[in-house]
Amino acid sequence: MVYGLTPEEKEKLERFKTKLSTFEKNRKNLIPILQSAQQEIAYLPGQALELAAGHLDIPISEVYGVATFYNQFRFIPPGKYPIKICLGTACHIKSSDIILENFERKLGIKEGQTTEDRQFSVERVACVGCCALAPVALVGDALYGKMSPSKVEGIFTRIQVEKEMSLRVHSENESNQ
Amino acid sequence: MNRISEAAPAVRLAAVQEKAREAISQHATLPKIEIGIATCGIAAGALETRSAFEQALSEFNIKAYIHPVGCIGHCYAEPLVKIHHPDSGFPPIFYHEVHPGKARMLVKQFLGGGDPCFEHIYGAAQTNDLIPSVSEFARFNREVRVVMENCGRINPEDLFEYIAAGGYKGLVSAMEMPPEEVIRKINESGLRGRGGAGFPAGIKWRMARDAPGTGKIVICNADEGDPGAYMDRTILESNPHQVLEGMAICAHAIGAQKGYIYVRAEYPLAVRIITRAISQAKESGLLGNTILGSALTFDIEVFQGSGAFVCGEETALIQSMEGYRGMPRCRPPYPVEKGFDDRPTVINNVKTLASAPAILMKGPEWYRSVGTEGSPGTAIFSVVGDVVHSGLVEIPMGITLRELIFDICGGIPKKKKFKAVQIGGPSGGCLPERFLDTPIDFDSLKQAGAMMGSGGMVVMDEDACIVDVARFFIDFTQNESCGKCTFCRIGTRHMLDILKRITEGKGKEEDLMLLQRLGEDIRDGSLCGLGKTAPNPVLTSLRYFKEEYDAHILEGRCPGLWCRHLIAYYIDLDKCARGCDVCVGCCPTDAVFTTSTRKKGIDQERCVKCGECMTACPPDYNAVKKVSPAHLAPVIPRPAGSPGEH
Repeated sequence: MVYGLTPEEKEKLERFKTKLSTFEKNRKNLIPILQSAQQEIAYLPGQALELAAGHLDIPISEVYGVATFYNQFRFIPPGKYPIKICLGTACHIKSSDIILENFERKLGIKEGQTTEDRQFSVERVACVGCCALAPVALVGDALYGKMSPSKVEGIFTRIQVEKEMSLRVHSENESNQ
Repeated sequence: MNRISEAAPAVRLAAVQEKAREAISQHATLPKIEIGIATCGIAAGALETRSAFEQALSEFNIKAYIHPVGCIGHCYAEPLVKIHHPDSGFPPIFYHEVHPGKARMLVKQFLGGGDPCFEHIYGAAQTNDLIPSVSEFARFNREVRVVMENCGRINPEDLFEYIAAGGYKGLVSAMEMPPEEVIRKINESGLRGRGGAGFPAGIKWRMARDAPGTGKIVICNADEGDPGAYMDRTILESNPHQVLEGMAICAHAIGAQKGYIYVRAEYPLAVRIITRAISQAKESGLLGNTILGSALTFDIEVFQGSGAFVCGEETALIQSMEGYRGMPRCRPPYPVEKGFDDRPTVINNVKTLASAPAILMKGPEWYRSVGTEGSPGTAIFSVVGDVVHSGLVEIPMGITLRELIFDICGGIPKKKKFKAVQIGGPSGGCLPERFLDTPIDFDSLKQAGAMMGSGGMVVMDEDACIVDVARFFIDFTQNESCGKCTFCRIGTRHMLDILKRITEGKGKEEDLMLLQRLGEDIRDGSLCGLGKTAPNPVLTSLRYFKEEYDAHILEGRCPGLWCRHLIAYYIDLDKCARGCDVCVGCCPTDAVFTTSTRKKGIDQERCVKCGECMTACPPDYNAVKKVSPAHLAPVIPRPAGSPGEH
């Protein structure tokens, strides 16, 4: 799937462009530049890689090679609700792969992908660092410990309920005005 | 020059100590609520607990000082809170699993009414006549804390608290002696690198000192890649200044003026805390130009690593700091001769550097008195898996695995049997029960086929599958292989394919021979530590658990009832209760159906073997069973026309 830049992301790319000029033109800055791009845009679209390559005057293939080497960088936009499943050792022996599978089945996407409406993305992460709560899943910043397949259902229900509640509050506010 | 700038570092430090005392005495009279707020605590809900405390304090109009601290390492009890209410006559008390409701209750009843809520107490922090003290628990009294001494006791974002706890005294005593003397002390202490390989730190420092060249560099390696170990992060988050102090001591010893902390960008809290600590230390004259009024100049920067297991290897780490892919290169030249920027560079693990201040302060003899002859000092393990008191444990080297797992960490939960322990993460080995009396030190573990490695320790009970754990680790190293050496790049891939085949019941007898040969070839044919040790989990499990591999291959049976291709769930109709629908409701794939007798059955074709029905089935019935090989499950046909039928 190819994701075009949304107008919002185009704006963020512009912001990254201005930030880029603050970096010295030194190969040592490649990883900090990529990190700054990802911080700004939430992922690394091809345009960002091109900008980085142009700034440091190195081939884009080289930039791509470095970016894909490291786990931190992603090339697909994350969803509005990014779901991260911990697949560290402790979580693995508490069946975290079953939890991952449940999210994948529920959303119809595979690990590393984002749903077409950009609402959800699923990815695996190494140890979150709360092994006593294994298996663990993160939705945005919220952490869910001692996960089970039925809790996966529960998380989606919760997101749905929260969405409806905020819609209701929104419409109430509007009618009050 | 005025008089103060001529003062010796000790006098300068005394001035900072005075300031620290003043700052801390400000809230000394108030009741104190201490909450562990490091990543693990936050994950367990410590921030919600803190706001519940704040809210309750203002609601009941009670004055108390909320003291955020780092992580004490007792993950199983998070969020862990210590309350000291001197007026109540009780000693400081630990409460475990303090969620917002409990927090509110403690404020109301303990701080407000003087009742410490006995039923919720974990233990007192000191020995006393009223409440059993935590020092009576093995998890507390068998630990010896050198590196993590102040973790979970001080606020990591407040330099003054570290100073008040005796911080930076080690640096001052180092600065009072010539660099050679510092190196001699480190050498005498027998401190070995805590990154896994165990290279003597004193020798590394000496080599860097003797290396020709200027602009020497100290790098703190906090690139923790093992997916089940998090002690480096915890130390950076709980007591960053100890690491900075260790780096400054090293800088003085080798003559460096520049330092870097290579920490993973995936550890945002650690990055924030260490960055803040650096600027605090600079403000107080403990880092930067003319440290404590002396000629020593040392500056530290944070480099955020982007997450690659291989970057824990020193030459790969340097490559990545220089903006390249983290691929190890041949040594020599060693980084101590030609490292970052082609300058002599000392790269030490967080724990190694954090051990230095205590050695300088208390002397090498003291350090040697902890631990064993060949491996002095302490080791930190993150003990996880099937164990009661999981978390970070700092123990003196030389105690046995049995003591660590069964005495200190409380053994295996649910009265299950111990099967194996995997030590050292993806580079380590899997040891069976007969090795439980092996002492924990660099050399004994190596002899047994495992290694200290990252300090990750996974305890497995009888339900674990050794073959699957080996597959898990090979999957990890295969993914993290940088691709430089053919054996590691392609060999681990082949090993993974074979292991996958075995766990799916498609293994062949000759696969075991092939695994063994591939493993040995990868070990011999790889350049760096990652490749050399990648086959360890497989080679050790082949050596100690061959019968498990045989069961998978010859019988299609997984002894731990774990590998999903080799097991099946079924419902024992004699035990199943009529009318109970729990399993039907919880099945994510509608595989559970109701039979004509209103008892339940499982449609094997739809079942994804998540085990949810087994968890859900009430213990009174205990009707869901698991078998391996899968064909042993009795077939219960789905009645025609039942809901969910395809």
